[in-house]
Amino acid sequence: MAFEGIGASVKRREDGRFLAGRGHYVDDMNRPGQVYAAIRRSDRPHARIKSIDSSAAAAAPGVIAVYTGADMAADGIGGLPCGWQIHNKDGSPMAEPMHPVLATGKVRHVGDPIAVVIAETKAQAKDAAELLVIDFEDLPGVADIRAASAPGAPLVHDEVAGNVCYDWHIGDKGAVDAAFARAKHVVKLDLVNNRLIPNAMEPRAALGECDVSGHYTLSTTSQNPHVIRLLMGAFVLHIPEHKLRIIAPDVGGGFGSKIYHYAEEAIVTWAAGKLRRPVKWTAERSESFMSDAHGRDHVSHAEMAVDEEGHFLALRVSTLANMGAYLSTFAPSVPTYLYATLLAGVYKTPAIYAEVKAIFTNTVPVDAYRGAGRPEAAFLLERLVDVVAQETGIDRVELRRKNFIPADAYPYQTPVALQYDSGNHEMTLAEALKAADYAGFPARRAEAARRGKLRGIGISTYLEACGIAPSHVAGALGARAGLYEVANIRVHPTGSVTVFTGAHSHGQGHETTFAQLVADQLGVPFDQVDVVHGDTGEIPFGMGTYGSRSLAVGGSAMVKAMDKIIAKGKRIAAHLMEASVEDIEFKDGAFRVAGTDKAKALAEISLAAYVPHNYPIEELEPGLEETAFYDPKNFTYPGGCHVCEVEIDPETGVTKVVNFVAVDDVGRVINPMIVEGQVQGGVAQGIGQALLEGAAYDANGQLLSGSFMDYTMPRADNLPNITVGTEITLCTHNPLGSKGCGEVGAIGSPPAVINAVVDALKDYGVRHIDMPATPEKIWSIIAANRPKMAAE
Amino acid sequence: MYDFAYQKPASVADAVKLLAGDAEAKLLAGGQTFIPVLKQRLNKPSAVIDLAGLKLSGISVSANSVTIGAMTTHATVARSAEVKKAIPGLAMLASWIGDNQVRHRGTIGGSLANNDPSACYPAAVLALGAVIKTNKRAIKADDFFQGMFTTALEPDEIITAVEFPLPVEKSAYEKFRQPASRYAMVGVFVAKGPAGVRVAVTGAGQNGVFRVPEMEAALAKSWSPDAIAGVKVSPEGLNSDIHGSAAYRAHLITVMAKRAVAAA
Amino acid sequence: MPTISLKVNGKAVSAEVEGRTLLVELLREKLGLTGTHIGCDTSQCGACVVHVNGDSVKSCTMLALQADGAEVTTIEGLAAADGTLHPMQAMFREHHALQCGYCTPGMVMSAIDIVQKHPEGLSEEQIREELEGNLCRCTGYHNIVKAIAAAFPLMHQKHAA
Repeated sequence: MAFEGIGASVKRREDGRFLAGRGHYVDDMNRPGQVYAAIRRSDRPHARIKSIDSSAAAAAPGVIAVYTGADMAADGIGGLPCGWQIHNKDGSPMAEPMHPVLATGKVRHVGDPIAVVIAETKAQAKDAAELLVIDFEDLPGVADIRAASAPGAPLVHDEVAGNVCYDWHIGDKGAVDAAFARAKHVVKLDLVNNRLIPNAMEPRAALGECDVSGHYTLSTTSQNPHVIRLLMGAFVLHIPEHKLRIIAPDVGGGFGSKIYHYAEEAIVTWAAGKLRRPVKWTAERSESFMSDAHGRDHVSHAEMAVDEEGHFLALRVSTLANMGAYLSTFAPSVPTYLYATLLAGVYKTPAIYAEVKAIFTNTVPVDAYRGAGRPEAAFLLERLVDVVAQETGIDRVELRRKNFIPADAYPYQTPVALQYDSGNHEMTLAEALKAADYAGFPARRAEAARRGKLRGIGISTYLEACGIAPSHVAGALGARAGLYEVANIRVHPTGSVTVFTGAHSHGQGHETTFAQLVADQLGVPFDQVDVVHGDTGEIPFGMGTYGSRSLAVGGSAMVKAMDKIIAKGKRIAAHLMEASVEDIEFKDGAFRVAGTDKAKALAEISLAAYVPHNYPIEELEPGLEETAFYDPKNFTYPGGCHVCEVEIDPETGVTKVVNFVAVDDVGRVINPMIVEGQVQGGVAQGIGQALLEGAAYDANGQLLSGSFMDYTMPRADNLPNITVGTEITLCTHNPLGSKGCGEVGAIGSPPAVINAVVDALKDYGVRHIDMPATPEKIWSIIAANRPKMAAE
Repeated sequence: MYDFAYQKPASVADAVKLLAGDAEAKLLAGGQTFIPVLKQRLNKPSAVIDLAGLKLSGISVSANSVTIGAMTTHATVARSAEVKKAIPGLAMLASWIGDNQVRHRGTIGGSLANNDPSACYPAAVLALGAVIKTNKRAIKADDFFQGMFTTALEPDEIITAVEFPLPVEKSAYEKFRQPASRYAMVGVFVAKGPAGVRVAVTGAGQNGVFRVPEMEAALAKSWSPDAIAGVKVSPEGLNSDIHGSAAYRAHLITVMAKRAVAAA
Repeated sequence: MPTISLKVNGKAVSAEVEGRTLLVELLREKLGLTGTHIGCDTSQCGACVVHVNGDSVKSCTMLALQADGAEVTTIEGLAAADGTLHPMQAMFREHHALQCGYCTPGMVMSAIDIVQKHPEGLSEEQIREELEGNLCRCTGYHNIVKAIAAAFPLMHQKHAA
């Protein structure tokens, strides 16, 4: 049998059903008596709802019900809750305006849900939703963060002065000011982190059901079913948790956008209770564009103080972060604890001060999207470092090396709260430069120049934080949820194993990786281990999958549960083999009496546990099933080096990524094939952000990039082959040593791409290009600078 | 999509009769633009008349022309050895419309009748001086395109075929794709044939396909990219959107034209 | 409502449809073939690709009525009766060319069509271009391209035999 344990590239077991067309996604589900919900959404950015006339819609064929915000309010349904509270510089809490499920009084962004029509067929629901007559009074809107934070800007929420959700800071301002005062160089950079629309390929969907005894089931496209149960049950619909089951079956990608509790989940569940019929809603892609939480959208000013030799003395950053029209579930945490705390990056910059203002605008709410805060930090820092190199004349690789936190300095306390446990930036840098043939670049540049092309190379050396934790620290920082993970391991009487995990797989291959982990540790064959996730009716209370946490946190919970299984097994084995517990060791799936050839396989132990005839029943309960909750002691800190090589066609401004190398330190790897795939996917999204993607709004808040016709998704011919390497330093505080791999690709790559583009254009006097670096942007630079160069 | 009555006539005459009898009826060819329009509820036809039963597909080549039936798919044109030989630029253009799936369904007749300002075919038809044949008459390309989504077709008129005159000495198409939709942001067809030297541009203009007389004059004197490198197209009347300004499109017209000339 | 008859995955089926019923709706809602997915409403993502009379098409951009009398193959119709995967399915698994699985059915159907239509061979660059009509948000396409290249000799060997 092929090796299928930790470190083996086992082929994925979930592929069998996906490749056969037997995946089981929410929209694939149909229930007897099912009816369909269509949501009427605002087509304007900001308006007062003067009246809603639903009579024509209600009378349309097949229509069962039409509900508005007033109907929900009459049932005592409040707003959608926010899961993280940030405090202002002065200690006061952030502004947290009401986020109604269906708009009441005002609409605040294009896509804001106003009413729901429920009908016998999907087409009837949609036909009738058009018949709602809504009398709007348009109000001035604002989409851009700078405009929204300017004096006199339209107010998104009348009660939120200046549209400021919070004004927060971190770091030692005095120390930073002092360092700037003695700096040899001060390098300044203004940059924008472009707004992205996640676009998981499966549009969101929700199916609500309510049985005769008042038990509700919601099947939903979610990354974290228990979080949805807690938020929707306790805060929105007031359904006790024992009467509310959330199922998140196969989910077609999430990238963060399916973490949050969305209005439609509450709508179908509530309506199912009222109508006592299953109610299904499935987003059309155009709805996804205007209702899935968007990502990024920062405007920042950064300054680095540098000494004569090129050492970073201090970093000063001020950022405006777009929250959109309402606070999505975890939005406030993204530009604060997931962003500003990462501004040290891989550098030993001794003093850092960052201020962040979160601003409401008439746009779709913004929340965590693959990387969440960390890509914004990495982009700012890695761009700034390149500009420092440019302006001080120090080679960009040498500058980085000079400022790296040395491998022997770990654990390392940054000036912005985090304590990094491990890393080796020299190692990942050296490996990436080698794999990318950095040394051979000048020859390739010259060769490209002979073909009339501009070639550039860029690097980024980054670090990020995954597996956000520990719960009590996050709680002190404003989290309103726990950040542990749970695993239940059930060894069946004949020795096969079912693993119940609170993590949720929506593409990550957990059914394979977790089975490998458990099979390896318990010494049972891979095919004897099954993984169950995504159903609050089956699994203990878990937190789901986001922030690259599943293995580092969820896997660690499994290790803890297995430790308990083994400990109990040892006691059973000691009884069966008449030895003392201290003499029993567990290895390769068997309990052995040390120093003898006496052994019992796990299956023999489990059989004894469930058929306790010969069993220490006085001191031990029957059964072999254990649950463990694991609350991490710290974040994990993956990092690495990405090298990107581009070629620009100066006539059109088109950039082609010709080579991309990612060498990431993700800690212990269970399945290298899956890790490589995660990194490639993340890099693709990072290249997308750097060159192609960008949500476009007009000044008022009308969404201009509302479909795949106008929002550029990376396609196969936009991307290069992506070479992935992993170098490993172990996480020191979790039992697996794993750090996380889901987001590294999206975090490390955007600055590498833009650094390469700037490098390609270095003869044109370019200092910085904001993302996405579209052909027209690049062509404009070339066109504007050509005459100057010609004159030189 | 709003519901409609679906009709599938077996002859052009029957189709015309259905069309003439219902002002709200619409013709369905390959549907690759029309069905998305219906799905967005931008159009509410009472009836949809499917032309698939009219036997209007096929390619025939004579000494003087290539004739392509209105319902011939882009994939068929792209793969046709005869088209590749007689008018390579036309096959190249067809191979570049949309994606594989669009090319398997989309048709030349549908593309022309719709006259989407970012469609590819109008550039070839205008540059090659083709003739659009209908149930009523033959319409010269020069008279056919009348602005965005507007053609010379009368309400009860159905395109049956498109005739491209031969011999074509030079032909090529270059396209700069709008990055998201992949429609032509600027598509330039250059040709030298019975209609003379022509340069037709699609995607860029607010009123659909247009010719560039300065380039045509320069190429008539000397067929080379350098001959048109200095021709600056005015941004006036060109589209401007989040993907590219009019000035950028104007610049791209010259770049694409040069490349097409080099490829022809 | 009009009734249509067609062959789906080798089996004759008939169904009542509205004029506006799309082929993908017929497959998913009337025939229970939920392997074919809907990922967009602008005919771009390719999650809904099936074969109609041997050509890949977007089943979201075709009326069910247009498929009257046609032979349609969906992802469910690819594997042999004993469950043996089509070489393209097998290579997708072998090369980890799928993650969330949502784009996969359309991607596999497109990939098969691409390989079938290019017996002369396909470069990596061509494969990338030919995939223009299919979006994947998970894989970065790297492994999809590898899987298609690996399936090529297997598919053409089979045809030759």
